Amino acid sequence: MSNQIERFQDPGLPEHVHRNADVDPRAAKRAEQQVAILFLLSAAGTVLTIASYIYVKSSTFVYLPVLGRTDLQQLLLGIGLTAATLFIGLGAIQWAKKLMPDEEVIAERHEFRSEEVDREELVSTFKERADASGIGRRSLIKRTLGLALGLVGLSPLVLLRDTGPMPGEYLNKTDWAAGTRLLRDPDGQPILASDIEVGAVTQVLPELPAGVERTLENTGKDAVLLLRLRPEDFNLDPERLSWTHEGIIAFSKICTHMGCAVALYEQQTHHLLCPCHQSTFDVTRAAKVIFGPAARPLPQLAITVDADGHLIAKQPFTVPVGPSFWERNSSNG
Amino acid sequence: MKTSQKVAGATANYVDERTGAAKWLKKNLTKVFPDHWSFMLGEICLYSFIILLLTGTFLTFWFDPSQREVVYHGSYLPLSGIHMSAAYDSTLHLSFDVRGGLLMRQIHHWAALIFMSAIVAHLFRVFFTGAYRKPREFNWLIGVGLLTFGIVEGFLGYSLPDDLLSGTGIRIAEAILQAIPVVGSYLAFFAFGGPFPGTAFIPRIFIVHVLLLPGLFLALITIHLMLVWYQKHTQYPGPGRTEKNVVGYPLMPVYMAKAGGFFFVVFGVTAFLGAVASINPIWLYGPYTPGQISAGSQPDWYMGWLDGLVRAAPPLETHAFGHTISWNILIPGLIIPGILFTGMALYPFIESWITGDKREHHLLDRPRNAPNRTALGVTAITFILISLLNGGNDIIATHFHLTINGIMWFTRIGLFTIPPIAFVVTKRICLSLQRADRDLVLHGRETGRLVMMPNGEMLEVHEPISEAQKWTLTQHQTPEALPAPLPASATVGLKGKIRARLNRANAVQIPAPTLTDLKELGDGHH
Repeated sequence: MSNQIERFQDPGLPEHVHRNADVDPRAAKRAEQQVAILFLLSAAGTVLTIASYIYVKSSTFVYLPVLGRTDLQQLLLGIGLTAATLFIGLGAIQWAKKLMPDEEVIAERHEFRSEEVDREELVSTFKERADASGIGRRSLIKRTLGLALGLVGLSPLVLLRDTGPMPGEYLNKTDWAAGTRLLRDPDGQPILASDIEVGAVTQVLPELPAGVERTLENTGKDAVLLLRLRPEDFNLDPERLSWTHEGIIAFSKICTHMGCAVALYEQQTHHLLCPCHQSTFDVTRAAKVIFGPAARPLPQLAITVDADGHLIAKQPFTVPVGPSFWERNSSNG
Repeated sequence: MKTSQKVAGATANYVDERTGAAKWLKKNLTKVFPDHWSFMLGEICLYSFIILLLTGTFLTFWFDPSQREVVYHGSYLPLSGIHMSAAYDSTLHLSFDVRGGLLMRQIHHWAALIFMSAIVAHLFRVFFTGAYRKPREFNWLIGVGLLTFGIVEGFLGYSLPDDLLSGTGIRIAEAILQAIPVVGSYLAFFAFGGPFPGTAFIPRIFIVHVLLLPGLFLALITIHLMLVWYQKHTQYPGPGRTEKNVVGYPLMPVYMAKAGGFFFVVFGVTAFLGAVASINPIWLYGPYTPGQISAGSQPDWYMGWLDGLVRAAPPLETHAFGHTISWNILIPGLIIPGILFTGMALYPFIESWITGDKREHHLLDRPRNAPNRTALGVTAITFILISLLNGGNDIIATHFHLTINGIMWFTRIGLFTIPPIAFVVTKRICLSLQRADRDLVLHGRETGRLVMMPNGEMLEVHEPISEAQKWTLTQHQTPEALPAPLPASATVGLKGKIRARLNRANAVQIPAPTLTDLKELGDGHH
């Protein structure tokens, strides 16, 4: 049956239609002028770029509609560069479209597959050459070469070992210890419990031993948020309640999901929100995760006051802070 | 003979006597390239890459890739006296105290966004037209590689200035490294030269960003283009265009002028964006410190879908035997992207396995004529778009007065339900478009002229379409299921059954109309 079905036939390339510029010398002249004008505009753009580089003062700000306050020099440099490049492009394209031959050309494709005889010869040549090396016969060479090649990649791998130290216990520990004073960030002052108002949020860092300078690595695991609620707002078990002081409660600020700073506090609902992936923690229930991808609550820091009334840590964090890692023992949260 | 001709002749002679290139050049100066707007998408990738090399080189003259702490004393007064890294300090210096520095930074960033957008648009064009089919599978693989490395390169690039936003991005990258089972914390410590953030990471990613990856790009792009050159470009079907020829314009002068001109157009548009559209104003974010963050933290769009997946992940962790596995990071951050990119890379081979089609293809498919492929593509795009939407859930929530929780739940459910719906709908649309083509060929186009017959019946006059249009709409070959009975090897076992089932699904097509159909209709036609 199928051989009786007649398909539509390819009518072939449509006949070429001449453009205006092909038949009318005046149109061609006009096109030539258009191209020339575009190239001249590009030249003007370069002049503008150089002139604004030399003559417009840096940090001259102007107010422009839509753009707002704008650095005039940067803007003019940019506009000059835009004109200098864009008009070369438009000129060249106009030239190609109006004046260069626009008759479509047909080229034949060649088949990629080589002649059968060449393919066979390739295989036989390869076999013959491989035999000449003797790799098939001399299995001792083959095996030792395999061993050597397999091992040679290890050297660069081993040499990369010193890119960093072993993690050791680093991820499990912070600089908080029993009795460490809480210092307000960024002024570094110790905090009196009475200074914290209900509803306030303060970022605090541990007081480091004298002579130890605080680095970003310290901050990256030590940052703690101090919040004060009305004590009756808490919904904590007795142990966790004993970690608070007159409604003041402290949590690690480093998100247990991916380590961003959990910085958004909704005062009305007592929720802490991480702006990276929106994990939401309920302060009244010991920073339990109530929404988002984080799987563990923010570690709570037990606090109390020292003899002067300054806030201090009662004990170190009982669990590692920050995101998870393979060696983290999460049986206690 | 004119002097210019003499010089040209002498030059050609000099080069040819040393390389024997005359024959090759003679042939290739008139090499034919087919013309279509969608073939310019790949060109945009190449041109924006060149812009990235040029502007990036300019930036390296001032940028100091160091996390050494300095105190800012530049002309941007709000940050005066603030402690920051040399990387951030030198980026501020570039932005405020180097003439054209901010412009170059902005052109560089815009060019990166255009580079990634053009790669993705080019990928869509190649996928939906089936341009990846034999013999172009190598170029498909190279393209997938370029896309993957492009995402990494972009991420490293916007991480370099060490501002508060980019530092947060690095923190997240570190958490992903750390989440890898068994070796995670070691990898993180080796990559960062110790605990996060350390002082080693920015110098290290700098060399990757400006040397390793650009070198890799150059190599891959060169191979990509050499293959396009050697295999000749695909073309859309139409009168006179066959599997055996290529119809278009010669390289010299038409394509040189058009493609060369287009480079300058892309440069001009990018420069214009850099001039008027502020992008990544790092001075507003402040220097990075792990204890701070800004609300509405967003990655660039090509990372946004990954971030959206991470945001949508349920809070799953396994705690056992003193170890922790973060599924909430591993699944959205590594496993799903791994599956998506592996699937994308293998797609040409999977399709050819299903259809059993091992022929060379140089004529492109109209997407409607490959309904399964088109539907699959739309499914993947839908999945990515929902993820991308969720990557901006905080911004969307504040702008449209929605709750983040609402958007997150929409995403969690939508990621599993909407893509399959998109598949079915797209496949139906494709088949309907095939029917519309069939109607058009057999019954002609609607003219809008109504005629009242003597018996009062109203008819619309149809006019036959041109022979060229008929050919364009019917030239494709309707794929047929594997010949029945299926070869024994193809039906055995689970693999064979899956293949047979997919092959049947692929064979659902509206048959392309033939002249015979038209003649049969004509017999009883009014």
